[in-house]
Amino acid sequence: MQRFILKNKRKITLVSAVLIIAAFTSHYAFHFEPVAKWALLIASIIGVAPIAIQAFQALRVKVVSIDVLVTIAVIGAFIIGNYEESAIVTFLFLFGDYLEQRTLNKTRSAIRELTEMAPESALKQMEDGSFEEVDIDEVGIGDILRVLTGAKVPVDGVVLFGEGHVNEASITGEPLPAGKTVGSQVFAGTILDNGTLHIEAQRVGEDTTFGRIIELVEEAQDKKSEAERFIDRFSKWYTPAVLVLGFVVWLITRNIELAITILVLGCPGALVIGVPVSNVAGIGNGARHGVLLKGSEVIHDFSRVDTMIFDKTGTLTQGAPKVAAVKLYTEDTSKTRSYLASVESQSDHPLARAIVEHLNETALYPVDQTDVVKGGGIVAMVDGKRVAVGNAALMNQEGVHLSEEAQKDIEQFEKEGNSLVLTSVDGQLQALVGIRDQLRPKVREDLAKLKKMGVKNLVLLSGDNQGTVDLVAKELGLTQAHGNMLPEDKAAFLMDLQSKGYIVAFVGDGVNDSPSLALAQIGIAMGSGTDVAIETSDVVLMNSDFSRLPHALGLTKATARNMKQNIVIAIGVVLVLLFSVFFSTWMNMSIGMLVHEGSILVVILNGMRLLRYKPNM
Amino acid sequence: MKKATLQLETLTCPSCLAKIEGALKGLDGIDKDTLNVSFNSSKVKVDFDDSKLAIEDIQQKISKLGYEVKKTTVK
Repeated sequence: MQRFILKNKRKITLVSAVLIIAAFTSHYAFHFEPVAKWALLIASIIGVAPIAIQAFQALRVKVVSIDVLVTIAVIGAFIIGNYEESAIVTFLFLFGDYLEQRTLNKTRSAIRELTEMAPESALKQMEDGSFEEVDIDEVGIGDILRVLTGAKVPVDGVVLFGEGHVNEASITGEPLPAGKTVGSQVFAGTILDNGTLHIEAQRVGEDTTFGRIIELVEEAQDKKSEAERFIDRFSKWYTPAVLVLGFVVWLITRNIELAITILVLGCPGALVIGVPVSNVAGIGNGARHGVLLKGSEVIHDFSRVDTMIFDKTGTLTQGAPKVAAVKLYTEDTSKTRSYLASVESQSDHPLARAIVEHLNETALYPVDQTDVVKGGGIVAMVDGKRVAVGNAALMNQEGVHLSEEAQKDIEQFEKEGNSLVLTSVDGQLQALVGIRDQLRPKVREDLAKLKKMGVKNLVLLSGDNQGTVDLVAKELGLTQAHGNMLPEDKAAFLMDLQSKGYIVAFVGDGVNDSPSLALAQIGIAMGSGTDVAIETSDVVLMNSDFSRLPHALGLTKATARNMKQNIVIAIGVVLVLLFSVFFSTWMNMSIGMLVHEGSILVVILNGMRLLRYKPNM
Repeated sequence: MKKATLQLETLTCPSCLAKIEGALKGLDGIDKDTLNVSFNSSKVKVDFDDSKLAIEDIQQKISKLGYEVKKTTVK
């Protein structure tokens, strides 16, 4: 019976609407009172049934919910024979509930669309070599899967066979399809635009990048800020307080009408729903545009950021450095090149890789006793000689003498914005390599937007030499730039700014910058979508897309503003209602309920505006 | 101990959360500390002792309150 009533809440709402209309027609058009009275009576009874059941369930678990207030109010109206009020109030409450559900669904749609993109099935290779469609849960690591044109890639994996273009918008926000061939990485939830691929599953289900993004976003939309927890605690005491107030008013005035009107007016609906609604819409907008925001606390802090610290390599630059100039200080250049290539092929440092790629040497020597000097370079034995490859500090440590010519070259290279790699053989400087990293396109414009939005300090911290750093800072219009910084120096610099009262966001690629990402009020990771950075940071820019940063900042500002508006609307409405019940003659239960339900819809619709937010510049 | 995730119909009132939480906390075999009912995603996540409690009991408790359970996963 209980379940039947609750299940048919919508039908009850409709029937009660029809009854109320019938009652008013017979009252005003035909002056046929008995029909009007009975129609309203029935409408009240069927209308209050689902509300009363919910109220009872709430009381059983010691919660004084809004249903409790409304039920008491309706019963009160019934007792004093005001069937018109009881019928209209129950109808408005049920109808409001229906509209709330509809509109709430809309505000949540952005995130739901994301979760619904999760793949559900896959074409898996069976033991006999044929492909069969199986449920996604039956796919394990190492399985071979076939992906057809138009289908979703079911797992994270590597292409074994075939070619095609994949639309990766679901995880990177990038609308242009990416070409995939044998050996390419593919990601779950992306869509194969053309071609056929055979892939080997490397990560499945919740462990895929897409799975983790969904999990994160789902958690984010329900993560509560301090303010929200306060509202929750407040409303826990607020509803019982309204109940007590109504009772006290009745005791003093003996006016049931007034007492039950207070119960209806005091409903805190818009207050408890206003903030979560802004939150879910804001995070939903971000998820659609390649910005992951982890909860409303993050939104609040990010919107107030006045200082942003950037890492250089991979953040402001593309992170794929290329050799720009080479100087050799020796007769036998081919041997020096071979030595250098041999040592550098031992390392996967980005600079080393750039050098190996540039030299393109095939004749490599065996390398012995490799010693990696942290923050310096590599020292190793090659062809019976001691070869050191690294920065100026390493050369100093190796006791290498720098000739006047070399010193001049170094100065020149640094001025041009190169990172330096020096090579010494048996203590003699033999090669100087200058390596440069391309700036990301449009970084300058994006930084200007951030400044316009109120970020006062744009700081660059880098492990690179000061010359390179200064050059980048000048080109991009940064306010401060510091080079030669180790990860711990960056963290110390950040804490110093924080102690001076700045609200700091740190933007980095998340691998070597994890201490700073964790320390900053807001850690922003340039995620290619695969790193641990997704977990440790507060904000993730998908596909390492720097241009999302102004959108992210603008969005958090808009969302924070939206939350405040909703709180003001909610509190304002309750105050106005309570004020008018004591000081006006037109206020009654029905109008109170109408305004109350109206205010809930207003905060939801206000929150919904965030779904369409775009930075306007 | 097993981990259950239940997807419910859209929750509209924050007091629904308190109700569902209150009801599930009363079940024997529920790990109260892990119980998390989330409003926007309309999900219930909880660890439970499967020797004391069947997942059907949890589902039933919720649907008795009038909330439809759409999808359940247990791990």
